[in-house]
Amino acid sequence: MLHASTRGLFSSVKMLSAGALALGLLAAHPASAVEIEYWQYVFESRVKAMDELIKEFQAENPGITVKQVTFPYADYQTRVVAAKAAGKGPDVVQLFYGWLDNFVAGGLVQPLSKEKFPAATIEKDFFPIVSAMKRGNDYYGLPTAVRSMALFYNKNLFKAAGLDPNKPPQTLDELLKAAQATTKRDSAGNFQTAGIAFDIARQDHNWWREILVRQFGGAPYSADGTKVAYDSEAGRKALEFYTGLQTKEKVGREGFMDEGQAAFRGGLAAMVIDGTFRLASFNTISGFEWGVAELPAAADGTRSNYASYFANAIGGTAKGEKLEAAQKFLAFITSEKAMNVWLEKVGELPARKTVALSEKNLANPIYGPFIRGLNYAHTTLFVDEAAQRQISIDMVNSVLLQGTSASAALSAAAVKEQQLIDKRKAN
Amino acid sequence: MLNQSTVGVGQKPRAWDRLSISTKQIVWAWTFLAVPILFFSVVRFYPTAEAFYLSLTDWDFLRPASFIGLENYRTLLADPLFWQVFRNTFTYLLIGTPISIVLSFVIAYYLDRIEFGHAFIRALYFLPFLTTAAAMAWVWRWFYQPPPIGIINSLLGMFGLPAQPFLRSVDQGLPAIMATAIWAGLGFQIIIFLAGLRAIPATYHEAARVDGLGEFAILRKITLPLLKPTTIFLVVFSSIGFLRIFDQVYNMTSNDPGGPLNTTKPLVLMIYQTAFSSYQMGYASAQTVVLFLILFAISMGQLWILRSR
Repeated sequence: MLHASTRGLFSSVKMLSAGALALGLLAAHPASAVEIEYWQYVFESRVKAMDELIKEFQAENPGITVKQVTFPYADYQTRVVAAKAAGKGPDVVQLFYGWLDNFVAGGLVQPLSKEKFPAATIEKDFFPIVSAMKRGNDYYGLPTAVRSMALFYNKNLFKAAGLDPNKPPQTLDELLKAAQATTKRDSAGNFQTAGIAFDIARQDHNWWREILVRQFGGAPYSADGTKVAYDSEAGRKALEFYTGLQTKEKVGREGFMDEGQAAFRGGLAAMVIDGTFRLASFNTISGFEWGVAELPAAADGTRSNYASYFANAIGGTAKGEKLEAAQKFLAFITSEKAMNVWLEKVGELPARKTVALSEKNLANPIYGPFIRGLNYAHTTLFVDEAAQRQISIDMVNSVLLQGTSASAALSAAAVKEQQLIDKRKAN
Repeated sequence: MLNQSTVGVGQKPRAWDRLSISTKQIVWAWTFLAVPILFFSVVRFYPTAEAFYLSLTDWDFLRPASFIGLENYRTLLADPLFWQVFRNTFTYLLIGTPISIVLSFVIAYYLDRIEFGHAFIRALYFLPFLTTAAAMAWVWRWFYQPPPIGIINSLLGMFGLPAQPFLRSVDQGLPAIMATAIWAGLGFQIIIFLAGLRAIPATYHEAARVDGLGEFAILRKITLPLLKPTTIFLVVFSSIGFLRIFDQVYNMTSNDPGGPLNTTKPLVLMIYQTAFSSYQMGYASAQTVVLFLILFAISMGQLWILRSR
């Protein structure tokens, strides 16, 4: 008797626990639960901002969970490619706009649905640089935020040199004058303070390619991006201006303080040209006050800027309910709400015109100059960003270190870059 | 009888029991050896063989590879960058190896003769070998900076000498990086030389002194010949090290890896960039095969030249 009842008790406990287990599972994964993966590279503020966006998105869409997966920037592309090879790609993936050709060729991303993301709406709402995500009639991704360039200047050094710390240079001439006034050298001719910090490997190559070449009356590439066009009078003048700041005017030197941004950060360079992504680092400067100005205009008033962005795209392998969830998530992280979170947490500019060009943002002393730059910004259609950057680095170094003439260096670079573009376009 | 009855009990003698003890030992040895052999086959030899195959394809990591014969090798031989990198690599090798061997021998030779502070000095020399190459490269990168932060240029300034560009120069970049690499490997080579020197019986030296040989003659006739195996090992080891140089170059020139103007770029860095920056895996494999052949030829050549007759 006792024996039988104990057995009965046992079996009911078992059943109960099984039921509880099932209930627990159900609670954790509602009937229609879909888990999608979002991939981006590791950058603390971006990862945190995305965590916050995911939380909000999941609250709005109880059936979907989003798992954020991150990799170090240096490995990022390799990981995406390797994951695709292993058949385990992300559902929503972040990519630099310049990688798109490679990603499309490898089937790592798929075109956005024309019903859910109509081209006309995209073109109306986003800054025109979003066209770099378009191939044929298809858009392959949308940015949450964009980056542009501006001139950072050290107000303390401006004051010390007798310049007005609230009147940063507006033209290239004024830039040179301010640089000359702030440059300090010791008796042996070594820089103690540079007027401008140069860093061709970071943003200076963009400054030369998309801004100076245009300001001297040329264009870096043909309109469709297939032909190198900077081997011209304008290109030569732009290169001579850029290298001349170091060789002739001696207002700074490549390699001073190892990196341009380090020289500025250390308070040993009065100015540096850099992007929005540098704000987070410069915000921690406590030794001096700094300001931001729009990139200086040419003598005739021509302004230009270089904008770039990481876009969010849908992974090549997403389909069915995962695809649907991925589309919802993509729409959410490129919404006005997400852009405001991104601006606040990461400091990157909203990719939608209406969000970016608000009065509040335009009046902001830090964001304002960057956002105004977006109105006339260009985006280079890179086929291999690293290789094309290297060609510009080598061009400038051959002038600076080997005394090559600007025109010879320019022609050599143009030939090399054209070969590279032809080779990649042929694939 | 006994034998029959055992069989009769019902078990056939197992194959294992019929083996002799020495055969059993061999089987055991191979069983244990199988683990590393399997490991090496899977993680070393198979990928190596695969690299040879990939070097004949146009694999770009994204699309399936197609066979293109020797096209990659043709491209490589026609690539001026390859020849520049080739020259750089051999400069690291042909200047770095002799300097590091002579330097470490001289230090070991004199260190062997002192008693006071021997262990401490030896430890100091060995210390760089224990340090991460990347960390060391960054420290040296800062040593080489232009004024006002570079310590070497500050010293030059104190003596009224002009500041040198070091890493920002097409002429000084490679020697500046090579000096770091030599310094990094010195500790290990000194320890090995010291061990070699200690292994030479003191009686030889004593006998030579009794016979009236000078210190230099002892060094030339006794010490150096008896150190030959040590020297061979270190020459081969150091040569392979310089042929594979990467960490120092990459970390000291990370703004423009292998720059300026590719004057410091070694073969391994070119392979790395081709593979993981341009994703031309087939082309990178061809470069790897060339590096392998160079390493193989040089190691074999050195073993042959320095062989004991």
